[in-house]
Amino acid sequence: MALIASSGIARHDGCVEQPPRWPGDCDPIAPWHRGSFWRRHGGTGGPLRRDTSDRLLGGVAAGIAAWRGFNPTAVRIVFVLIALVTTGFGVVAYVGAWLLIPAAGADGSIASRARSDSRGIALAIGLATLLTLALLVGGVFNDGWFASWAWPQVCSVAGLVLIWRNGSADEQATLRHYAEPLSAAAGETSRNRRSAIRLALSAVLIISGAISLASAHASLALLRPLGGVALVIAGIVLILGPWWLRIARDLSVERQARVRAEERADIAARVHDSVLQTLALIQRRADDPQKVVWLARMQERELRSWLFEGRAPNEADEDTTLAAGVRRIQQDVEARYGVPVEAVIVGDCALDENLSALLAAAREATVNAAKWSGASVISLFAEVEPEEVSLVVRDRGRGFDPSSVPEDRKGLAESVHGRMSRRGGTVTVTSAEGEGTKISLKMPRAAGQPAGRA
Amino acid sequence: MNVPRVVLVDDHGLFRSGVRAELGRQVEVVGEADDVQPAIGLIASLLPDVVLLDVHLPGGGGQAVVEAIKPEHPEVRFLALSASDAPEDVIAVIRAGARGYVTKTISTAELADAIRRVAAGDAVFSHRLAGFVLDAFAAAPSPDGLKPAFDPELDQLTGREREVLRLIAQGYTYKEIARELYISVKTVESHVSSVLRKLQLSTRHQLTRWAAERRLT
Repeated sequence: MALIASSGIARHDGCVEQPPRWPGDCDPIAPWHRGSFWRRHGGTGGPLRRDTSDRLLGGVAAGIAAWRGFNPTAVRIVFVLIALVTTGFGVVAYVGAWLLIPAAGADGSIASRARSDSRGIALAIGLATLLTLALLVGGVFNDGWFASWAWPQVCSVAGLVLIWRNGSADEQATLRHYAEPLSAAAGETSRNRRSAIRLALSAVLIISGAISLASAHASLALLRPLGGVALVIAGIVLILGPWWLRIARDLSVERQARVRAEERADIAARVHDSVLQTLALIQRRADDPQKVVWLARMQERELRSWLFEGRAPNEADEDTTLAAGVRRIQQDVEARYGVPVEAVIVGDCALDENLSALLAAAREATVNAAKWSGASVISLFAEVEPEEVSLVVRDRGRGFDPSSVPEDRKGLAESVHGRMSRRGGTVTVTSAEGEGTKISLKMPRAAGQPAGRA
Repeated sequence: MNVPRVVLVDDHGLFRSGVRAELGRQVEVVGEADDVQPAIGLIASLLPDVVLLDVHLPGGGGQAVVEAIKPEHPEVRFLALSASDAPEDVIAVIRAGARGYVTKTISTAELADAIRRVAAGDAVFSHRLAGFVLDAFAAAPSPDGLKPAFDPELDQLTGREREVLRLIAQGYTYKEIARELYISVKTVESHVSSVLRKLQLSTRHQLTRWAAERRLT
């Protein structure tokens, strides 16, 4: 068969000592070629296998690329160029390679399986002879140019029939995919009106284009044959356009599906690291309600910051803004004293020395409330305004009479006062026995700082 | 006062049965739904006083339910409920017409109280929602210096409203706020309702931008 001869020439091409390589590439690869567009790496070194994971048709080009370390796209371009230069025999070589080279991971080539498929062989021969007959008839009306392009395709079609019948399910699907518009043109899709209209329109275009081409005389201006070519192309685009679009769409859908799968894996990993671990801990600590509540709240906060603020769990929380500082207080107090802290933060701004002092004071006030108030929850409210930042720590705990403050609490209040007043801030403590405590802290913002809101 | 008739809309069966059991006889749970379409049908046929509505539903989010029911049955009131409270989702449900928003960690007594309040036509703001609203209506001038179309009636909170919201954000109950500000509970309620109206009707440029900035990208 012609294809064997053609591929044999391509392989040996005068450099017998070299391992088989692509024509025109017999020279040893220069070092600077490594990692270039053409050559990516030294190759896998193993036997030549079709790479079915990265294929457009049969994975021949991808297989050769992986085998010798070339860029698959470059190999494909070379294939197409060869097919053009050899007036189509390159296609035959490709189909032959598809038949003869086993797929990666498969134990035999398609050809070895096809040998026992007598019906397939009969079908291939039958189809080939039918096409040959048609071409002979067609060739009478044309010059040799037509025939020289047509003969290789007869061989290819015969080969493709064998692949179709004996290839893996995947490869059959690929062929079906590419053959679809042909069966559509054969009238299968006339079931819906739009494609019927489309077919009729393109038929008119192609026929009028062909007539225009056929009736071209030397005496006529060049305009007519050109117009004919344009009409034929328009007709073909009309037939095949939707199919091309669908292939493009299928590819992007597949890519999206892959991205989604990766995202899902990422989420699953995170959920496992955080939520499932915490749930396991909660089950083990079921006898300690306070610990359970604490675990649940810690997990909730972590999940929330990941879902809504885009921060990874366990990511170092850089306390460079007020909001981050307040969240840190909430986190630390809950962790150390097991008292839930409800934090509401309005606006945000960068921290400076004044605001760091404000946060330190707020931390003392919150810790104080957690230790002494006996409240079941502490509210932490921060608001950034253009001129000042206010922070309110409030609990509904036992409270105290400010006029008769016990010594230990007075000390704390004074340290809060000290921190604030040194920086020009103010502290207001409101409390009554049995009614909880509210500590309002206000700190003026440094002049000239814009009211940045996060 | 009559016991309010309530429909629960939440895609978690466990949560629905939990709420139903906890609320007991404080409210009358007349129906449950787990998704947008069943909820719309159920609410239209039962016409409850209050719909307890999860912000996140598989078939299109809580606001789809509010938007479908509101035009035909304006008397049905919605209380949004969520475990996640992503600000822009919560604001979207409120702007669709819900009368309030509470987190799922709310205590049973507070939830029953919130339902009664919504049934009576008042607004219910959780401390978190109050924080969102303060943030959204922040008095910060737009950084580009351009003044967007501005309706002071709708686009700005009054000083008193801001004070009320701040106290809600600090965990105060309406009663405590009334005492703190020396006003009646009714006045507190009217301030909150007015904030709700502004939140629903304001076309304030900053509100949209605020929500957009907080969108998960």
